[in-house]
Amino acid sequence: MALRVEHELHNRRRGRNTGVGLLLIGFLAIVFGLTITKVLQLGDARKFETFDHVARPQIIPQDEVETGGTN
Amino acid sequence: MSDMSLHETVAETEYEAQMGDYFALLKPRVMSLVVFTALVGLIVAPVGVHPFIGFVAILCIAVGAGASGALNMWWDADIDARMRRTAKRPIPDGRVKPGEALGIGMALSGFSIVLLALATNFVAAGLLAFTIFFYAVVYSMWLKRATPQNIVIGGAAGSFPPMIGWAVATGGVGIESILMFALIFMWTPPHFWALALFVKTDYGDAGVPMLTETHGRRSTRNHVLAYCLPLVAVAIGLGFTSIGGWVYLTVAVFFNAWFLKGCYDIWHRDEAQAEADKYKVEIQTFKVSLYYLFAHFGALLIEAALRSGGL
Repeated sequence: MALRVEHELHNRRRGRNTGVGLLLIGFLAIVFGLTITKVLQLGDARKFETFDHVARPQIIPQDEVETGGTN
Repeated sequence: MSDMSLHETVAETEYEAQMGDYFALLKPRVMSLVVFTALVGLIVAPVGVHPFIGFVAILCIAVGAGASGALNMWWDADIDARMRRTAKRPIPDGRVKPGEALGIGMALSGFSIVLLALATNFVAAGLLAFTIFFYAVVYSMWLKRATPQNIVIGGAAGSFPPMIGWAVATGGVGIESILMFALIFMWTPPHFWALALFVKTDYGDAGVPMLTETHGRRSTRNHVLAYCLPLVAVAIGLGFTSIGGWVYLTVAVFFNAWFLKGCYDIWHRDEAQAEADKYKVEIQTFKVSLYYLFAHFGALLIEAALRSGGL
């Protein structure tokens, strides 16, 4: 007997599976959207970049580099 | 196992719930009122919220309300099965298993609370958590089957959404949000008991004490007026806070006079008079109560729009 790839179970659960898929995509969109919104609300990206208090020369403004930094 | 035997095994299994059945667990009609009042609470707040964060917050509040609905259906499945109005709900109808409803209720509760905390603040998330707890545990589990004042207490759960919306924006609680809470809280009993006077319910058969049956219809009429009086005070008082104004006060005076007249008429007459005109006053007052809440929150929205327009 030939093995059917598409089983009746697949048809029966198609609605459920599609629904779960859409919910997961929606969740992904929410997390992504929240991340973008929250980061953009910071205004100055350095607030985010320096969250771990590690010095990163590439994010120090050019004028501070020329005058020897802020400290 | 061959394809045929697998097919037969699966075919013998019972009905499998679809997405629509799970969605019905969330009480979508209740959710729509929750979304509207929460949105008003969010918009009238003096602090602006980013539109996307506002959208996520309202979504969380709606999902939280739906989760408490699923938990309520899980706990009350035995009652629902005995009442005509609720017998076709997913659990008593056999479309969703009780364990599934419990799982969905718990999962969505956790999801909505955590996401609201991450997206906005802990005050809003804490209020949402308390609302779910209040509806699922305090109302459904402790009080619904114990006291005829269940509708008063249960109404508190439905009163929190504008307060949560306000907290999303401000991060706290204010006199305005407390009065919006009080408006829905005081509105629920006369709204529901006006309905209970003209609709024959089978709550009594299901073992749920209702005021019309435990204390009689005369007492219910007294209660309708007793709750309407403080409701008027709250509704008018809200107009003198920072979110009120002339538009709101005009709407509030009109609708409170209309609703108070209906509640007074309900109180003033007896069953013989009500039966003679087929509960005309009770039906009319119930209809007014539906417009009443929508008009008040709609007027608050108009006031917010006028303020943002500099008027």
